[in-house]
Amino acid sequence: MKPSNPTGRASLGLKIAVGLVLLFLHFPLLIIILYAFTTEEASFRFPPPGLTTRWIGELVNRADFWNALSLSLAVAAVATTLAIVLGTLLAGAIYRGKFFGRDALTLLVILPIALPGIVTGISLRSAISLTDMGFTFWTIVIGHTTFCIVTVYNNVIARLRRTARSQMEASMDLGASTFQTFRYIVLPNIATALLAGGMLAFALSFDEVIVTTFTAGQQQTLPIWILSQLTRPRDRPVTNVAALFVIAATFIPILIAYRLTQKTGE
Amino acid sequence: MNAPTQLSIAVRLQAVCRYFGEVKAVDHVNLDIYDGEFFSLLGPSGSGKTTCLRLIAGFEQPTSGSIQLYGQEVANMPPYERDVNTVFQDYALFPHMTVGQNIAYGLMVKKVPKPERERRVREMLEMVRLPGMENRKPSQLSGGQRQRVALARALVNHPRVLLLDEPLGALDLKLRQQMQIELKAIQERIGITFIFVTHDQEEALTMSDRLAVFNHGKIEQIGTPTELYEHPATGFVAGFVGTTNLISGDSARKLTGSPETLSIRPEKIRLCPPDTPVTEDLYGIDGTVRDTIYLGMHTRYLVETDAGFDLIVVQQNLESASADIPTTRGSRVKLLWYKDSARRLTEME
Repeated sequence: MKPSNPTGRASLGLKIAVGLVLLFLHFPLLIIILYAFTTEEASFRFPPPGLTTRWIGELVNRADFWNALSLSLAVAAVATTLAIVLGTLLAGAIYRGKFFGRDALTLLVILPIALPGIVTGISLRSAISLTDMGFTFWTIVIGHTTFCIVTVYNNVIARLRRTARSQMEASMDLGASTFQTFRYIVLPNIATALLAGGMLAFALSFDEVIVTTFTAGQQQTLPIWILSQLTRPRDRPVTNVAALFVIAATFIPILIAYRLTQKTGE
Repeated sequence: MNAPTQLSIAVRLQAVCRYFGEVKAVDHVNLDIYDGEFFSLLGPSGSGKTTCLRLIAGFEQPTSGSIQLYGQEVANMPPYERDVNTVFQDYALFPHMTVGQNIAYGLMVKKVPKPERERRVREMLEMVRLPGMENRKPSQLSGGQRQRVALARALVNHPRVLLLDEPLGALDLKLRQQMQIELKAIQERIGITFIFVTHDQEEALTMSDRLAVFNHGKIEQIGTPTELYEHPATGFVAGFVGTTNLISGDSARKLTGSPETLSIRPEKIRLCPPDTPVTEDLYGIDGTVRDTIYLGMHTRYLVETDAGFDLIVVQQNLESASADIPTTRGSRVKLLWYKDSARRLTEME
C-alpha cells in the first residue's frame, strides 16, 4: 500500500488520538496486572499502598485453581484437535467441488460464531438435557468445538483458495494418489493456516464463558472459576493473578498465529 | 521422427463430448494422434482445445464418448493411472520444494530408490540445460527456467505422451521462439508424442507435424501445416490459420460462376498494371489501390475492386522500387491470381 501522505509520517494529532485509543483498549489490562501485586486484600486504592508477590504463592496453593486450569487446558486441547480435523475436512470438501447444499453447508458452519453465544449455549443445554448423557468434560468440548471449527475452516479455506488448483492436478498427473497429494502438496501448503487457525481456536476455547456456563454443569473452567472468585472480595488479588495467567495463555498463541500468517500472507 | 514409420495410434478420441451445464465445451470430437507425432490443438480461447487436453490428462471426465491411450480405454481412469504427463500453463511447480524435489516428485511417489532418482533428476536438468540447479527454489527462477523445470518434471517419468497446455504463453517473444526450437528438438530426440495446445497459429504451424483447428468445441480441420494453410476446409480455418481474402455470394459467382465462397491468400495475388492481359489459367479483377502499408520485407495493399469488395494483397519487395507496379494510393491496378491457388470452401454452420 502506498501512503497517501508523501512523507509517510502521521500528524501529531493523529498520534495522540491513536495513543488514547490504545490506552483505552489496554488500560484495564494494566490495572489487572498492577493489582495482582498490591498488598491490599479487599479494597482497591490508587496507587496501591505497596507491592508484593505473595498472591502468586497463595494462588499456587489453591487446588481449585489448578483443577480449573487443567480442565480449561484439556478442553481447549481436545476442542482444538477436533476442530482441526473436522475444519480441514470441511474446507477440503467445500473447496473441491460443487455439490447439492454446498452454500447452505457453508452458512451452517459459519453460523455458530455469528450466533450469540447465549443462543448456542441454551440450545446445547436443551439438547444435552434431552439425552441422558449429563454434563461432562465432553459436553464442554462439544460446545467449544462448534465455534472452534469455524476459525480452522476459515483459515484453511482461505489458504486453499489462494493455492493454484493446478498444483493438485500436477501432483495427480505425476502419479500421486489422492492421499499422497494431500500429504505432500496440500498439507505443506495449509500447514501454517492450520497452526494459525488452531491457535486461535485454542485461545477462543480457553477463555470462553457463555457457552461453557450452559454446558459445564458443576465443573469449573478457569474463566468460570475467576467469575466465581469475584463474589469473594478477599480473594480478589488472587483472581487478578489468575487473570494474568489467562492473558499470557491466550496472548502468546495469538501473537504466534499472527506472526505465522504474516510470514506466508504475501 | 517427423514421419512416424509405423502409424500406431497413441491417442484416440471417439465422439467425445464434455458439457458444462448448457455449454458444449467439447462437442463430438473424433481425433487420432499417432505415436511420435508433434500434434497441436489450435483454436481461439474457449474453443475447447484446453478441455480436450484435460480430458486426455484425466482432469476432466467426458460427458460421453471414448478416449483411448495406446488402445486402452481411459475415459474414467484417474490422472495418476494414465501414462501421460502435463506441462501446465502456469507451470504449477510446487513452491515449497526445491527444483530437484519438484523434478523427482513423480519418482518419489512411485517409490523409485533415491540414488536412481538423483541420477535421473541430474539427467533431466542436463537435458533442459539447467545443470546444478537442484537446490534452487522455484521462486528464485526466471519464467523461462521455470518452464524448463516444468518440462523436466514431466519428462522424468518417461511418459508415452506429453501434454503441453499453452506452455509458452507467459514468455516474451524472443524466449518463446527459443523455447519453440528447444521443445521441438527435445521431442525429436526422445521421440514421444507431444500434444501441444496453443492459440498462436504461427507457433502451431512452425512446430507441429499435424494439427487440429478447434472452433466452438468442434474440430474444423485436421492436417499438416501445409494442408491447413494451402487447403483450408472452412472459412474459419482459412481466417484463423494465416490471413485470407474471402469472396462470397454474387462476387464469387461473377468470378467462378458458382456461389461457393472463395478463399485467396494475400500473397498469392499479383498486383499488375491495368492493361495486363488475363490468360486462361488466371482470375483477373480490376480495382483501385486504397491503402498501402510498407512492412520492410513486403508491402500490404488494400485494393477496392470495381465489383465493390476489398482485397488485401501482399507483395514481396523484390527490388527497392519496382517501377512497373503502380503502388501509390488511388492507382488503377489489375489483380491476378492462378485459379488453382484459390480455395473453394465448404461452409460449416
